[in-house]
Amino acid sequence: MEPSRRACPEKQSFSHMQPVVQALGIGKSFGTTVALRDISFEVLPGEVFGFIGPDGAGKTTLFRIITTLLLPDAGEIQVMGFDVRRDYRGIRKNIGYMPGRFSLYMDLTVEENLRFYATVFGTTVEENYDLIRDIYSQIEPFKHRMAGKLSGGMKQKLALSCALIHKPSLLILDEPTTGVDAVSRAEFWEMLKKLKAHNITIVVSTPYMDEATRCDRVALIQNGRIFSVDTPDHITAGFSRPLLQVKSASKHLLMNALKKYPGTLSVWPFGEYVHLTLRDVLPEEPLPRFLERHGIRDATLMEAKPGIEDRFLELMSGAEPVPEYRKEVNDDQP
Amino acid sequence: MKRFLGFVRKEFLHIFRDPLTMIIIFGIPAVQILLFGFVVSTDLKETKVAFLDLSKDEITRTLSGKICSSGFFELGADLTGYHEAEHVLRKNKIKAVIVFEKDFGRRLISDGTASVHIIADGSEPNMATLITSHISAIIADYNRELAGAGLQQVLLVQPEVRMFYNPTLKGQFMFVPGVITLIMLLICALMTSITITREKEFGTMEVLLVSPLRPAQIILGKVLPYFILSFVDVILILLLSWFVFELPVKGSLALLLAELMLYILMSLSLGILISTVAKNMQQAIFISLVGMMLPTVLLSGFIIPVESMPMPYQWVSKILPPAYFITIIKNIMIKGTGFLYVWKETLFLLVFTLAAIGLSIRNFKIRLQ
Repeated sequence: MEPSRRACPEKQSFSHMQPVVQALGIGKSFGTTVALRDISFEVLPGEVFGFIGPDGAGKTTLFRIITTLLLPDAGEIQVMGFDVRRDYRGIRKNIGYMPGRFSLYMDLTVEENLRFYATVFGTTVEENYDLIRDIYSQIEPFKHRMAGKLSGGMKQKLALSCALIHKPSLLILDEPTTGVDAVSRAEFWEMLKKLKAHNITIVVSTPYMDEATRCDRVALIQNGRIFSVDTPDHITAGFSRPLLQVKSASKHLLMNALKKYPGTLSVWPFGEYVHLTLRDVLPEEPLPRFLERHGIRDATLMEAKPGIEDRFLELMSGAEPVPEYRKEVNDDQP
Repeated sequence: MKRFLGFVRKEFLHIFRDPLTMIIIFGIPAVQILLFGFVVSTDLKETKVAFLDLSKDEITRTLSGKICSSGFFELGADLTGYHEAEHVLRKNKIKAVIVFEKDFGRRLISDGTASVHIIADGSEPNMATLITSHISAIIADYNRELAGAGLQQVLLVQPEVRMFYNPTLKGQFMFVPGVITLIMLLICALMTSITITREKEFGTMEVLLVSPLRPAQIILGKVLPYFILSFVDVILILLLSWFVFELPVKGSLALLLAELMLYILMSLSLGILISTVAKNMQQAIFISLVGMMLPTVLLSGFIIPVESMPMPYQWVSKILPPAYFITIIKNIMIKGTGFLYVWKETLFLLVFTLAAIGLSIRNFKIRLQ
């Protein structure tokens, strides 16, 4: 699948620029398990490019290929014009990488961690302090604390500072917001936004679909395949069917009833609501009566504006009610 | 270079901040030396032995006198018959019974040979070994005296000692070479393999690999602190055995230190080799302990002399580098021999070290897979 440049008119000027990451037909297997198949995408200079997908989709494997830590079995990939196979040194010098598990030394203090990474990358904390000031100043009061004793949000900030300390032109963040509280997550995306001002291209992955809107462009990845690469707005616009939001005091009963309704195409929980799409051909019995027959009398139905999550779920399910939904229903049970 | 030094500094911080590592590096060697030292050096003082003299002639009296005046033994009882031997041993105060056969002196003069039985308390094997070997030595001494006196050409008192192993306990301080060998292997091989696999396990290796640090710098940076600390450790052990047990280094100190450095280097390269194979810390510990420490303790001649092991074990011991090192260090420290006597063992260690380093370089992955 070709990344769509048509999709971001405000970045029209980038289309003639050399992409920072250019991948064509990447494949990777571990034994008999296929981790990635036929992955193609381009990351343009200065953008925040997000990979959105559930756990096990292949995000970490893909990031390890971009950072030259793994070699792809098939396909071509260039990072900043360097080939991952031949010129891995050139790539390693110019990227900042923050692995999924924050790679900090838990028995070193905040300051020692930062200084260590600065030295290893041949720079000093003072030299590039401007770049990390906004982030590091928040944890600086705790600079003599051991990294192992920091909260998740503070570890994340320290890990980002460490990845940035050598002023890389490409920053690769593998699930930086996983295991971090909601407030810290929001703060984190604000920080990434500010980094764009320093001309740093950012490739980031997340399992949280609501974070997709924070990226300039996102690639939807599941089971080792990329489904769609576009701006969040265009992805949302791809949602083709009317969407209903249904509400009832007993969400669990409601979900079960909706799943049994013959006209239901898909149903998934969405906050306090349940999002529902219907088939083109509906059965004779209207939905409100069906629900009433199943003991749900307080259901309210409204037309809803689809969000990016709705489109993701539609894309990932292939618009068929597949077991994934049932799984989500189960997750919803008390 | 600055990068490298920064890396080494970080490694030292890891070591100094981890109490367990500090205990292994500095606590265990000191405790082992003191423990082994006191156990071995104090126990054979005035140990009580009993005599069953069935001959009661001049020669047996001289011999028992020699044994009791050696400082190691003391007369515990004079027995009158075999039946008493078991009885006194059971009481646990007397550790051995020495039996002179009937007509001991007469046989020695007429046949040129006579026998002594040493019955030791086998429930304390180490003790029993020590006692029998000491008594044997005293008798051997007496033999030489007899020969020197020129009584006859071949006059032999033959001690009959029943033992499964025969330590060549020429000095009491065999444990110092053994402890050094073991500790160095523990610190260098085990600790380096752990510290490298720890980076893999905690995910920090990913960033180190992506950094401009070269693989050689990462490995050397990991190894250098342990090299320095183990060397300090060896010096400490030597000083401790010198001051507490007055154990001198008979041979050349420079040669000894050089051999120690070679051995430390070999252990470190083994540690690196293990870390390139092991996927996590548990595997590294398992390979180090079961694959190296255990064979070293059991088969390198530290506890059981190689010569008295069954052949298959002797073959295994032939490929254990620590076995060679124990030979080297015993030769230099206790026998005081020079390089000419240990060059073969040194060569083996050198070849082994180079092979391990070569394999590690070949095995070290610049990527995760």
